Amino acid sequence: MARIDLDLSHSYRPDPQSDEDYALLPLKFTFEDGGAYALLGPSGCGKTTLLNCISGLLRPSHGTIAFDGRDVTAATPQARNIAQVFQFPVIYDTMTVGENLAFPLRNRGVAPAQVRQRVGRVAEMLDLSASLDRRASGLAADAKQKISLGRGLVRQDVSAILFDEPLTVIDPHLKWQLRRKLKEIHHEFRLTLIYVTHDQTEALTFAEQVLVMSRGKAVQVGSADALFERPAHTFVGNFIGSPGMNFLDAQWRDGAIEIAGRRYMPELAAPAAVALGAAGGFKVGVRPEYLRLAAGNDPQALPARVERAQDIGTYWLVTATVQDAGGAPALVRARLGNEAAGLAPGQTVWLSVFNRHTCYYVNEELVA
Amino acid sequence: MRDAQRRAAYGRAIFLVAYLVFAVLPIYWMLNMSFKSNEEIVSTLSLWPNDFTLDHYKTIFTDASWYSGYVNSMIYVAMNTVISITVALPAAYAFSRYRFIGDKHVFFWLLTNRMTPPAVFLLPFFQLYTTIGLMDTHLGVALAHLVFNVPLAVWILEGFMSGVPREIDETAYVDGYSFPRFFLTIFLPLIKAGVGVAAFFCFMFSWVELLLARTLTSVNAKPIVATMTRTVSASGMDWGVLAAAGVLTIVPGGIVIWFVRHYIAKGFAMGRV
Amino acid sequence: MSTLKPVNQKAWLLVIPVVLCVAFSAILPLMTIVNYSVQDIISPERRVFVGTEWFRTVLRDGELHDALLRQLGFSLAVLAVEIPLGILLALSMPAKGWKASAVLVVIALSLLIPWNVVGTIWQIFGRTDIGLLGAALAGLGFDYNYTGSAVDAWVTVLVMDVWHWTPLVALLCYAGLRAIPDAYYQAAQIDGASRLAVFRYIQLPKLRGVLMIAVLLRFMDSFMIYTEPFVLTGGGPGNATTFLSQYLTQKAVGQFDLGPAAAFSIVYFLIILLMCFVLYNWMQRAGTAGSAGSEDMPHA
Repeated sequence: MARIDLDLSHSYRPDPQSDEDYALLPLKFTFEDGGAYALLGPSGCGKTTLLNCISGLLRPSHGTIAFDGRDVTAATPQARNIAQVFQFPVIYDTMTVGENLAFPLRNRGVAPAQVRQRVGRVAEMLDLSASLDRRASGLAADAKQKISLGRGLVRQDVSAILFDEPLTVIDPHLKWQLRRKLKEIHHEFRLTLIYVTHDQTEALTFAEQVLVMSRGKAVQVGSADALFERPAHTFVGNFIGSPGMNFLDAQWRDGAIEIAGRRYMPELAAPAAVALGAAGGFKVGVRPEYLRLAAGNDPQALPARVERAQDIGTYWLVTATVQDAGGAPALVRARLGNEAAGLAPGQTVWLSVFNRHTCYYVNEELVA
Repeated sequence: MRDAQRRAAYGRAIFLVAYLVFAVLPIYWMLNMSFKSNEEIVSTLSLWPNDFTLDHYKTIFTDASWYSGYVNSMIYVAMNTVISITVALPAAYAFSRYRFIGDKHVFFWLLTNRMTPPAVFLLPFFQLYTTIGLMDTHLGVALAHLVFNVPLAVWILEGFMSGVPREIDETAYVDGYSFPRFFLTIFLPLIKAGVGVAAFFCFMFSWVELLLARTLTSVNAKPIVATMTRTVSASGMDWGVLAAAGVLTIVPGGIVIWFVRHYIAKGFAMGRV
Repeated sequence: MSTLKPVNQKAWLLVIPVVLCVAFSAILPLMTIVNYSVQDIISPERRVFVGTEWFRTVLRDGELHDALLRQLGFSLAVLAVEIPLGILLALSMPAKGWKASAVLVVIALSLLIPWNVVGTIWQIFGRTDIGLLGAALAGLGFDYNYTGSAVDAWVTVLVMDVWHWTPLVALLCYAGLRAIPDAYYQAAQIDGASRLAVFRYIQLPKLRGVLMIAVLLRFMDSFMIYTEPFVLTGGGPGNATTFLSQYLTQKAVGQFDLGPAAAFSIVYFLIILLMCFVLYNWMQRAGTAGSAGSEDMPHA
């Protein structure tokens, strides 16, 4: 269990010039001891690179990493005492489950009695006790991933366990079991866990803090709530949420927000109003969950043309087009209740966009 | 620990260099011989020709049948390699992923086809080909060579395919890939090393096969290996020409392995599925 | 989720092209051989059915037994040297970069030389008067003469074969090693495994499939070896290096006619088949500590 301090960047090129040359743009972050973190982002965003820097499989080209204050930038994964679970099960095929779990301990010269005890404890924790004497190669994928995890847990002094999209090859109906097991383990051992994934559900359910990454940059760090409510960047707003946040182009004119000729005056703090006024144009962001149908005469509502209304079961997903300051009509999605049941394509509705959940973005960054 | 590892790495490097020297010496000797006159070859020990001569190479390049021998060999070897790999890929996939009636027996039967000295096939093939008109054709030799190359390709490819976890296939289907798209864009890249090695071995075994290639051809499709056995003449063994021809036969194979080197060396790059 | 392979008879469709290709090239000729082996072909018109007579003659041949023993010794020696050497070579070859490409090409060269040229080169190479190897050995004080001494002849043929064919084993193992995902090495590093442990628990198990192919191939091919030793020593001195294939050819060309030759061919084939079958099963059982794919490999 360790606190991990990062202050690094990484480029695969020897002489990086611009931002594109970096796989990891400069990042300064601390993983607290015992915390559960997720590195979330689309393919190629650098999350695996970051994970490998933390584990020691990759040495960052610039910067340092410290475990509990100790500089480990040059240290091997072994020296850092981390454990890693990979995207597909990595086990020693010729060994039994028990021997697999014992392997890291035996390599460190731990006494046989202690080895047996640790292995037994971890096997019990992972529901593997019954299979201890079976050949590891004959088990199913989820059991093999548990063995991989077990090899990390079995070491008493493991500083952190890193997961690289570990549920990729697991059957969908077993994924939730493994996720729940991971949460149990976190609860029991209070280990520092860092989990890489491109699946927001996995990230948001597993982690206490999520690092959203895009193109080598850590765009926002926060709890699931914070990421949902106040995305710091339009990218986060779009990436998190199903469907993602809606964005409307708008302009500031004469003390009010103007969208497609109509003017709105939501409640805004003075500094926010100043910032919006100074910008040429900005974006209004509102999540589908926070859009409401309004009455036709509501001055704060936007006119929208319904394209489609789908009954998802627990809610209605209404897709509509809105005229905004951009050229073409913007596509807007709303999650509504049964009041949306009667909506037909082509119908004009009024959407209440401005409320306390609405976010404002200048140059893609959150301003208010 | 670090020192032991470094010493081991050192040892391996020395071993590699030693083996490379061992590998290259006879080839250098062959090169050496190819530039010497026949008299010098059989009389003197010289590490480099005293009398450097390009005569042997000239003999090869000016004699039309030598040149056509090259082209013929390359044609039927290419045909054979392509056919072998093409039919072997689906079969290897079947053996690797499924069980079906007779699967183990057919798998072993394939290998048994390599267990007979080609001399055994000579007469039957001769009669068969004369009957159906495949004598002296590139296709004929290519088909004949299938007997030992297809089983080899299937065995090698199956081995590499079985190393790919079946979960990858299933994940791809769940993600909506059709079988051809999965096979070409996901699966094949994962077994690159196996394909590279199988293709090279098919090329190699077909390229050097002498007996069938010589017997089943006469003029049109006569391969380089057959023309080289003409080197025993009235004046004795034409050592120099043989050596020069040997040097020249290495060249296409060297090129082939240069092309497949990326397949063999890069191996299993586990991309994001 | 079970790791056992699903049954699917439609998989036969994928296998049919292979079966057709091989059967066309194999079954028809084989049928002819079987046909000849049970007949006495006195002349193209006069054929007499003689049943198993040729087989009995062949199997009772004392010289055949000698050749068979010589052949067995040779093949076992070949395996004993080439397999470990090939593995070691594969482990020593660089994994990537220009060096890997260069080494690959150099290693592969010996495989590409037509076998009669191989024999021819070594013929000169080994001569003490005009060959580098022979002169070097003589210079070092050895009384080396591969035409006169049976031991020298054996060793020369063996070294020639090792030079010629070890790259086959090495290439197979090398490709097999490249097919091991990086994650295994990373996990081993994290687990604190020694280099030997990495070899023993990761590399060797994952090479099992490829090694089986290498062993069977080298055994088969060395058992059928003809051209190289024939060109190098002609089978001599005496019949010290007359292996089975050469014996067959001698008899067929010299004394036998088609009938006994065909019978011999069948016996030859059956011997190889039996040995490979035994080897194959032994290797399957010995390595039931499977690699990731082994439980998927068809067992005999």
